[in-house]
Amino acid sequence: MPLSAAPPASSQPYLLSASLDNARHLSSLLRAVHFQDHATCFATAYGLRVTVEDAKCIQANAFIQAEIFQEFAIQEESVTFRINLSVLLDCLTIFGSSSLPGTTTALKMCYRGYGYPLMLFLEEGGVVTVCKINTQEPEELLDFDFCSTKVVNKIILQSEGLREAFAELDMTSEVLQITMSPDKPYFRLSTFGNAGSAHLDYPKDSDLMEAFLCNQTQTNRYKISLLKPSTKALALSCKVSIRTDAQGFLSLQYMIRNEDGQICFVEYYCCPDEDVTEA
Amino acid sequence: MRFRAKIVDLACLNHFSRVINTIAKLAKTCTLCLTDSKLYFILSDKVANGGVSMWCELCQGNFFDEFQMEGAAAEHNEIYLELVPENLSRALKTAQNAKTVKIKLTNKHCPCLRIAVELPSLSSSSRIVTHDIPVGVIPRRLWNEFREPSVPDFDVSIYLPMLKTMKSVVERMKNLSNSIVIEANLSGEMNLKIETDLVSVSTHFKDLGNPPWASEDGCQSSSQGRDLESMAEARIDIKKLQQLLAGQQVNPTKALCNIVSKRVVHFILLHEDVSLQYFIPALA
Repeated sequence: MPLSAAPPASSQPYLLSASLDNARHLSSLLRAVHFQDHATCFATAYGLRVTVEDAKCIQANAFIQAEIFQEFAIQEESVTFRINLSVLLDCLTIFGSSSLPGTTTALKMCYRGYGYPLMLFLEEGGVVTVCKINTQEPEELLDFDFCSTKVVNKIILQSEGLREAFAELDMTSEVLQITMSPDKPYFRLSTFGNAGSAHLDYPKDSDLMEAFLCNQTQTNRYKISLLKPSTKALALSCKVSIRTDAQGFLSLQYMIRNEDGQICFVEYYCCPDEDVTEA
Repeated sequence: MRFRAKIVDLACLNHFSRVINTIAKLAKTCTLCLTDSKLYFILSDKVANGGVSMWCELCQGNFFDEFQMEGAAAEHNEIYLELVPENLSRALKTAQNAKTVKIKLTNKHCPCLRIAVELPSLSSSSRIVTHDIPVGVIPRRLWNEFREPSVPDFDVSIYLPMLKTMKSVVERMKNLSNSIVIEANLSGEMNLKIETDLVSVSTHFKDLGNPPWASEDGCQSSSQGRDLESMAEARIDIKKLQQLLAGQQVNPTKALCNIVSKRVVHFILLHEDVSLQYFIPALA
């Protein structure tokens, strides 16, 4: 992809250098985790992970693997920096956010290393935009220590089944309560708002249910204001996996197919608001 | 002082509405000048507007089927009214399917522009919706404030890039900074730049073309003899630029800007029957 304003060759190679023919492959995933201004970018040879956290109880990660990029070169084992995600998104979508068929913005991203800004070169229709975004010291991230061996309950649902439910969540409720059980009601979403409580049940043999692996009845509540941003990831995804561990920590993993049919993942981790485990 | 006009053609009405919508986006209050052949929407540069000024000219014959006006005095057959264009815009919104729209200057309790919209009706009698828009009559002694601005002695004149692209870029840049630098040269290159503590962004347009201006009296303008690559630049309020671009509902036939380095950017947007000039001063 020829760019007339390509970065000049210099004696110090870029620590991280990546190219994308379609910047939307990156911007749409970043939007799905954009609920705070700041994000931590973590790059390895496998690709890029962008993490956003809030209130020390919710964490969202967007994974863009190296194969999605047309070029992805990293000079060290890993590169980490903190960046203003709102600014990054404004730059990635500088030519507009509407996805008109046939128009794509090409992107080249370069990072020289600690203390240097992130450079973006974007091109659409012969017009070139160059962005220099300051980076900050990376902060320590939460470790939810959520591995598959600790999972108590797991469901995989087709996203279309949950989209309406999440878009219409009663936001006057402080919590979203999730019940997962090998017995009825199997999978229930509940809210307790000003107008009353609402329950949405999904039977385990529903067409939308791709996998139902629940061993124990668990009811956990999560702050609804923290989970609401996950609606963006749900809207983009085709499938979602919902898992809880013994402490009631929630893992939501969204499988997202981009415009070229490639698969990427976004995950949300959330701490429970109270421990309410029914026997 | 009298004024009455009528629009019967739906296409003319929609076109007129679009022009008023554009003006409404650019000015809260402005001056409407009526002559027997033209209408002008004028905003003169006051500190209150942030120093921007606007001059929009329409040929009445392209919009109105009937147009009669009588100015304050025989030798000065003009009428100057102060109005809020948003009021006019809202009144015209009700006229989307109108059979006719009549505009008349009245003075029942206070001076008003009366917009009478005749709507289609199933019965034999027509339905008429009337809007009375208060206007201020501007006395003759103040008319000198509303003369057509002269084209400034610019350093560079250049055609604007595709407005759609320019609009997207400026809208995003507005999220990042309060001011924007426009620079251009006589080789058809234009750059839009913002720079803050957090981020700097610059967008580069090429091959835009520079309009040929015939020099008056054969004397040199600031732009002649100028190095083709050298950039003329001005830092302006980004909101003003975004308002100008956002207000364009239809692509102009010709769009260009004249830059007087560090002083002012003069935008000219030409449609078939409307010309709009907009001056944005450089920030100190």
